[in-house]
Amino acid sequence: MQPIIEVKNLIKRYRKAERNAVDDISFEVQPGELFALLGPNGAGKTTTISILTTTLSATSGRVKIAGYDLERESGAVRQNIGIIFQNPSLDMNLTAEENIRFHAILYGQYPFRPAFSMMPKIYKDHVHELASVLGLDDDIFKPVRTFSGGMKRKLEIIRSLMHRPRLLFLDEPTAGLDPQSRIALWEYLKQARKESGTTICLTTHYLEEAEEVDRVCIINRGKIVSYGTPQEVMANLIDEYLLIDADDRKRLQAELTGLGITFSETPLFKIGLNGQSAHQILKSIETPLTVVRLHLPTLEDAYLAIMGQEEHA
Amino acid sequence: MHNLNAIAALAYRDLLKFLRDRPRLISTFIFPFIFIVAMGGSLQANLGRNIGYDFLTFIFTGVFAQTLFQSATLGIISIIDDRENDFSQEIFVSPISRYAIVFGKIAGESLVALAQGVAIVILGVIIGVPISLPQMAMLGVAGVAICLFAGAFGLVIVANMKNRRSADQIFNFVMLPQFFLAGVFAPIKVLPIYLEVLSRISPMRYAVDLTRSCFYAGLSEYPSVVLAGPEYNLVVMGIGFSAFLVAGTFLFVRNELNR
Repeated sequence: MQPIIEVKNLIKRYRKAERNAVDDISFEVQPGELFALLGPNGAGKTTTISILTTTLSATSGRVKIAGYDLERESGAVRQNIGIIFQNPSLDMNLTAEENIRFHAILYGQYPFRPAFSMMPKIYKDHVHELASVLGLDDDIFKPVRTFSGGMKRKLEIIRSLMHRPRLLFLDEPTAGLDPQSRIALWEYLKQARKESGTTICLTTHYLEEAEEVDRVCIINRGKIVSYGTPQEVMANLIDEYLLIDADDRKRLQAELTGLGITFSETPLFKIGLNGQSAHQILKSIETPLTVVRLHLPTLEDAYLAIMGQEEHA
Repeated sequence: MHNLNAIAALAYRDLLKFLRDRPRLISTFIFPFIFIVAMGGSLQANLGRNIGYDFLTFIFTGVFAQTLFQSATLGIISIIDDRENDFSQEIFVSPISRYAIVFGKIAGESLVALAQGVAIVILGVIIGVPISLPQMAMLGVAGVAICLFAGAFGLVIVANMKNRRSADQIFNFVMLPQFFLAGVFAPIKVLPIYLEVLSRISPMRYAVDLTRSCFYAGLSEYPSVVLAGPEYNLVVMGIGFSAFLVAGTFLFVRNELNR
């Protein structure tokens, strides 16, 4: 299958900058995938997204989106993508419906009409349907200014999906939202994805959000430092280990040595699993234990470990 | 067709935005009011008899042109304001031609400026400026020409600007000097040579003079108020509009990508 995003040797150096903001990166995203771009502030995430969404031109490299060349066919690229920006891009003086209407007109779905009542019936029905999904049947004709943060985000997502893009970019979509709105937003995104099969490419600071993605790409100082499924990224970096302790530490120490189990004292006894089951190890120990803790890596651990290595480099 | 619809939508959005922004509405009417009533009224009372024409009318026509010119220019410049945190982002990533963005913005800011022009004419009628219906029509024609000219001028400025901070300086360095060089409040029939040069390179001069040459056509004050005929002003503005529009659109579209 043809990748929906193909990035080859992408480089971006801002005017008068001393180093490349994006430094020779290459990656691919397959249709239908949920893809996450992670990295600290200033790593080059937003720069990359800006280039992929045609608002910034690259210094060199080749990018194809939905099969179209980014440089030569930017109009076709724009028609095929939807974008949710880091900062809200709703017009606060307009109503929710007007925001949606102007979007549909800009994407060539309907001719311009100055009022909702003059729009075609199919559009009106669509808007009423969207309004009930949003749970704001009465408020759809009120200025967006009066909406809550979560509501605005939801409206932006609905708006960005109006023209049925094949690829949706989300630049830190949940930044500044309370946990409840964040969960609701993800529920909605998942549902939209299931219904339309839209490919999603997102950047985020919340690593637990990235755990559920199909593929992650971690970038730092403009370079890719890790790339793969979350499991691959975690496996390459973090070991699973067991932490145990006993009142009689001497006896435990002797027993572990006798069993040939390698450990380190941290001060808890830390035993790397390296593929063995924790159950087998625990079963073989006779000394009464006071602490048993199993450590399974999270993407956050992997991320912090990668960034730690980067610091030393 | 798609692009024409987009231009109409962009222009309509600018007008809606203006009409719904109450503080902005009020402030755009307060300044012309102060200029015309306070300044025009006091100058007319003190100097009017010596000058040979009605000073209130003179300032009214000047402020009409200045308000339209300024509103259209600064309106275009506001594109830089919200490029990073508003609907503009949405416009820049939509699949419409970059030229449609430029034309839509100029059309929209022209509508906003003309709405203010209507209010100024109403204000003029209320305070007793003698305006006939044909004169109102002439003001309308001049107003459209001024908006397009000023919009293209704003585009050249915004295309050369890097950020919000330089946008804040535009009023002080580009607009304010023109109030005096263009003869909005004070006659510039006679000027020392260095001011004459500066005046002739001020775009607003031609907007103000076009308005007066239309408004005073056929009146006895015409020779003492108007600097050059409407044809001359229209030709200068036409050339300026074409040059600003071509250069501004080119620079604007290029800068959008090469940041």
